[in-house]
Amino acid sequence: MSEHSKSSPLKTYLAVWGSLLLGTFITYKVAFIDLGRFNAAVALTIATIKALIVALFFMHLRHAHEKLLKLVVISTIFFLFILLVLSMADYGTRTWS
Amino acid sequence: MSDSTVVGLHHEEQHHPELLHHFAEPQQQRDAASLGMWIFLATEVMFFGGLFCAYLIYRRLYFGDFGAASSSIKAGLGAANTAVLICSSLTVVLAIWGAQIGRRSLMIGSLVLTMLFGLTFLGIKGVEYKEKFDEHHVPGASFSFDHVPIPGHPDQYANPRHAQIFFSLYFIMTGLHALHMIIGLGLFAWLLFMARKGRFTPEYYTPLDVGGLYWHFVDIVWIYLFPLLYLIDRHP
Repeated sequence: MSEHSKSSPLKTYLAVWGSLLLGTFITYKVAFIDLGRFNAAVALTIATIKALIVALFFMHLRHAHEKLLKLVVISTIFFLFILLVLSMADYGTRTWS
Repeated sequence: MSDSTVVGLHHEEQHHPELLHHFAEPQQQRDAASLGMWIFLATEVMFFGGLFCAYLIYRRLYFGDFGAASSSIKAGLGAANTAVLICSSLTVVLAIWGAQIGRRSLMIGSLVLTMLFGLTFLGIKGVEYKEKFDEHHVPGASFSFDHVPIPGHPDQYANPRHAQIFFSLYFIMTGLHALHMIIGLGLFAWLLFMARKGRFTPEYYTPLDVGGLYWHFVDIVWIYLFPLLYLIDRHP
């Protein structure tokens, strides 16, 4: 935690903050444009990028060296992925004969 | 191991007073605290994950009705709340940075700002809930959602039963999120209290780190809630 330099964090934090606000603005504006099926994809892609930069920079995952911590974070995402993808696949294929 | 009946200083080696004896060194103790919070956040991800899963399944099944219901909540308020939480996450990292560099005023000022942003979020949420209550969109005996056209199909009306499912999910998901915000505010009130007592130094600010992780998680949940609930089908 105390390994990285003390002077650079502020620039990084402000850059992340600005990107998050920009992403929110883009998400909001694009929602009012008709992109058909891609509206949801765009919105969720921007949301995922926002979540990633919060996790990497604000939650300090970028500088985490402990392998056990990385394992916990990755398996969390993995199990969430199983929950969402397999459930959606189940319902999504119910009409297939 | 020293065997001493005297309360107080009995250490063979000097170490930071915050270092607990079952840890070899302060960095290991910090890592353990961080790991513990991340494991808790993993359980929280699955907690909210179940609700997101239910939401995704019903949204797929009743897309038009969900679009109509979603259009009745104010996207502007949702976007404003998103911005508020993003600002609060910035003030959280600024508070931790303030502790790291020994700038007490930055640390305490940022903690206060974080809580103000959190309260603002809850205030806007309250305004939204009141609006839903007035429009009879709260699921239950007085729910009504008649003659609301489906976005993109002005000749079709949304099915009120399906719209009620949207609002059930809306209130449960944002309500659970708001509950987490309230708990977060309680946590930060305690962190502020400890900060003012001078508990945090550049060598020890672990509660701030761990509380910050929780707050950022709550922010991330909202980052997903906003587009999913508020922006289903907004184009004319």
